Amino acid sequence: MSRLLERSATLPPPIARQAPETPLALTHVTAHPRLRRSRWPARLDLLQSASGLFLALFLVAHMFFVSSILISQDAFYTVARFFEGAYFLATPQPWIVSCVVGGVLAVFVLHAWLALRKFPASFRQYQAFAEHRARLRHDDTGLWWLQLWTGFALFFLASIHLYGMLVHPELIGPYESADRVWTGSMWPLYLLLLFAAEIHGGIGLYRLALKWGWLPGGNPDAARRRLRRLKTAFSLFFIGLGLVSLLAYVRLGIAHAERAGERYAPSGDGTPATLAEGAAVTPVVVPSRRGG
Amino acid sequence: MSTDTPRQLTLRILRSSPGEGIAPHWQDFRVDEAEGMTLFIALNEIRDTLDPSLQFDFVCRAGICGSCGMLIDGRPGLACRSLTRDFGPLITLAPLPVFALIGDLSVDTGSWMRGTAERLETWIHSQAEPDLTAVEARMEPELAEAIYELDRCIECGCCVAGCGTLRMREDFVGAVGLNKIARFRLDPRDERSDEDYYELIGDDSGVFGCMSLLGCHDVCPKGLPLQTQIAFLRRRMVAVGLK
Repeated sequence: MSRLLERSATLPPPIARQAPETPLALTHVTAHPRLRRSRWPARLDLLQSASGLFLALFLVAHMFFVSSILISQDAFYTVARFFEGAYFLATPQPWIVSCVVGGVLAVFVLHAWLALRKFPASFRQYQAFAEHRARLRHDDTGLWWLQLWTGFALFFLASIHLYGMLVHPELIGPYESADRVWTGSMWPLYLLLLFAAEIHGGIGLYRLALKWGWLPGGNPDAARRRLRRLKTAFSLFFIGLGLVSLLAYVRLGIAHAERAGERYAPSGDGTPATLAEGAAVTPVVVPSRRGG
Repeated sequence: MSTDTPRQLTLRILRSSPGEGIAPHWQDFRVDEAEGMTLFIALNEIRDTLDPSLQFDFVCRAGICGSCGMLIDGRPGLACRSLTRDFGPLITLAPLPVFALIGDLSVDTGSWMRGTAERLETWIHSQAEPDLTAVEARMEPELAEAIYELDRCIECGCCVAGCGTLRMREDFVGAVGLNKIARFRLDPRDERSDEDYYELIGDDSGVFGCMSLLGCHDVCPKGLPLQTQIAFLRRRMVAVGLK
């Protein structure tokens, strides 16, 4: 059809009344009143991507904040107080953290609700996709399955963590967090959450690029291969960073287990005040923490 | 092949004949591999020498007609474009899913494709009264090439069979339908606007249902740029949705 079109632009006009070699399918359109299709599917699709992008970027920032424990306990203490507005207001205001967490939780719930549209809605659909995936052995189809299950796990794991931070924003600090991880027995949840979030986020960012056609370079297939490598590197880097950070909290939590509940007081030189030789800091004892 | 003794291939074929009440079952056929042998040649050899009742479709034998699409070791592909040397000694063949089964490896892609074409109105829409004797309007060669690139679709059904979304949601238009919309959207003779196209694919059975698994892109035997076309349509349809 198109070859004929190309020729028609260069060849002399055909003999009058000669029918074209390949008649085009044409329709003479008459105006029919038509119900306007809802615009919501477009908005929901965009919202799903936008909320996913926000959560992935938040995840990146969150991992860097949390891993500041690897620099020093004071560094993490500084980051935690910073988000409570301690450097702008007269005193730390943990409710600011609650507001941020509340916002993240709202976006998280929105994203989960939007993502549900893509979940298998019946056993028949579940079975059809599972069989398809097993038979096709296709990388990106398999990645979606992984994204689905990690997303499902996040419904529970991330909700528990976010709720804890929402209601106890003041309990973010070197001792407070370490006690929560170890004495509060949260480390298994954090371990699962780390893998689920980083795998889900990495695949999600990769799929976002494909979905909206962000394929830098002249060759989309080569760009996709590069993005896939980037996606793997993303997940591995943040899982590694998270594991090392979690290990640091576990070690600190074990060391601090006997004084669990004691609040951290910065030494100014990175040495915990209560562990500094000869320091006499009156511990502020709070109830043992289990949430978040 | 460099070896003197040809490989003996086992083609494990999922056989069935709904019309005759024959339930699906696997049947093995053994053939000697020949130089440059395609699955199409192997299937013909089986039908000629082993079992004349074996059903499979073909017309062109050159990857143009799209008739011989089937699942080859689980992946959709064209039998005439698949060299046996690219596979192991045991090759499983099954009919394409989604489409109505005629028998053995033969499926009715035509009815499905026609239904999609009617649903998506994949023909030129013009307010002008068509004059079939008039010289067609000139078109820039680059544009004609771009249209032709998408027009290379042979409706073999491989993208349909490779689509995870379509396996779950049978009303999804699939890459073949979206590619056709992209093709007519390019065509200056088609007077439809993006708002018109939104009416056809602006929901979860259209472009917003696509989960970007890209099985379609990766199994397309014609190498059509499906991933970029679907992404482009998604951006255009979202733009309509935000107006």
